[in-house]
Amino acid sequence: MLSFQTLFYKEALRVQKVAFQTLLAPVLTALLYLLIFSHVLEQHVEVYPGVRYTAFLIPGLVMMAVLQNAFANSSSSLIQSKITGNIVFVLLAPIAYWEFFLAYTLASVARGLVVGVGVYLAALWFAQPPMQFPLWVVLFALLGSALLGSLGVVAGIWSEKFDQLAGFQNFIIMPLTFLSGVFYSIHSLPAFWQSLSRYNPFFYMIDGFRYGFFGVSDISPWFSLAVVSGCLLVLAGFTLALLKSGYKLRL
Amino acid sequence: MLPAVDVRQAHKRYGSVHALDGVDLSVGQGEFFGLLGPNGAGKTTLINLLAGLAIPDGGQLSILGCDVVKQYRASRRLLGVVPQELVFDPFFSVRETLRLQSGYFGLRRNDAWIDEVMHHLDLTDKADTNMRRLSGGMKRRVLVAQALVHKPPVIVLDEPTAGVDVELRQSLWRFIRQLNRDGHTVLLTTHYLEEAEALCGRIAMLKQGRIVALDSTQNLLNSVAGFRVRLKLAGGLPAALLPQVIEQEDDGCLLALPSYQALEQVLAQLREASVAVHEMALQQADLEDVFLQVVGRA
Repeated sequence: MLSFQTLFYKEALRVQKVAFQTLLAPVLTALLYLLIFSHVLEQHVEVYPGVRYTAFLIPGLVMMAVLQNAFANSSSSLIQSKITGNIVFVLLAPIAYWEFFLAYTLASVARGLVVGVGVYLAALWFAQPPMQFPLWVVLFALLGSALLGSLGVVAGIWSEKFDQLAGFQNFIIMPLTFLSGVFYSIHSLPAFWQSLSRYNPFFYMIDGFRYGFFGVSDISPWFSLAVVSGCLLVLAGFTLALLKSGYKLRL
Repeated sequence: MLPAVDVRQAHKRYGSVHALDGVDLSVGQGEFFGLLGPNGAGKTTLINLLAGLAIPDGGQLSILGCDVVKQYRASRRLLGVVPQELVFDPFFSVRETLRLQSGYFGLRRNDAWIDEVMHHLDLTDKADTNMRRLSGGMKRRVLVAQALVHKPPVIVLDEPTAGVDVELRQSLWRFIRQLNRDGHTVLLTTHYLEEAEALCGRIAMLKQGRIVALDSTQNLLNSVAGFRVRLKLAGGLPAALLPQVIEQEDDGCLLALPSYQALEQVLAQLREASVAVHEMALQQADLEDVFLQVVGRA
């Protein structure tokens, strides 16, 4: 297990060494979203009865930061290591494929959670959303960041250049995140877009996470939990199979 | 005794290229073994298969009896590889890099050995320097240190002295020779044939994924190339000796000799042509001659 611990520690140390870029910058970005959207919409939109729009927005922004940073962590670390060639140090070592998977995924979870906590604490200055069910909050943050961390491993292994990874991020992760109900409830959408949103796994992560704050959600949190857990299991299985085969790593 | 490295019918294809075409090779424990060949011969592919960086399409490869595919964790613990490319992780210092590498190999408190390796490779002063700030030669030393951090019984050096200065080469070879004397098996690939000749007890030559020569360094030198004689002459070389010319100079030449006895015939022909010899130096063929003959012929 020391191999796994070391690889996890290496990833955490890397994040810490460039904390300005990996931890502080995402918090600032989320706060800018909060500042602009809440300023523009605070007086015009009430998504849940009795809940200020800024308060409604905060859990969505926190979860968006968690998900995006979890993905960025594993994917950028792997593509950098592949392009600079230093992935060889990990590949030469007696590290099992499942240790590799766990180390990169859990490091992504850790970064996602640290950024999420940072965004939440900073956002409290603007509004204080209640946290009615903290266990749901923690559960969805853990599952969501693990799912995106695992997806980041796949993207990092598959991509051969930064351009391909940017495509993955800009054309898959960003649209799915923005169309997941971070800024709105899907009940405010036309029927077609409501139906389409139900095929977006990010919607279940955001909705379940937000349920932990307000005790209100667009869909049953248990159903969201089942969808997110199922997606994580399938993706983890796929990623493990990819790593075991040595796809694009052991040529 | 188990061979340190055992390769049987190793095959590896990259698309239509047969990078390794049925290689058989056995390296005994404690040997200093050379793997030579032109670019693209399959040397690095063979090393990649041994190290688990590539997966063989056929055949069996093992390190001290541990199959590199089925027992990959055990075989990787037994092997230290210095990769050919000058790669490094820009986030970490030299000491952090070596501690991380120790951890990957399951070693928690390894600072005493890390300090010793850094001392032997003249890295002690740079222990806390970020990898990005090191010169190319220093980065190469760190690569060697990373390969040795878990004290592997088998060490693979894939062109470790490419692009490094004379001082580093000498200190590196002193250290590697010491490790070899201590019982470590060393498998070396290099383009510096004089290094291979000086260091390796046995040598295999690869060409287009096949082994074209495999013998002790001395046998290769004795059996393949013969001798050379460098002459400075008072007149022109007789026509009968022209087929033996390797190099022609203004006042002399270098001739190939299949044996010592052939020297007498050369001198007799020069006497017959009344060409006086001003200087004569007899040279034994070196590994470069062997390499050119074997690889050219195969």
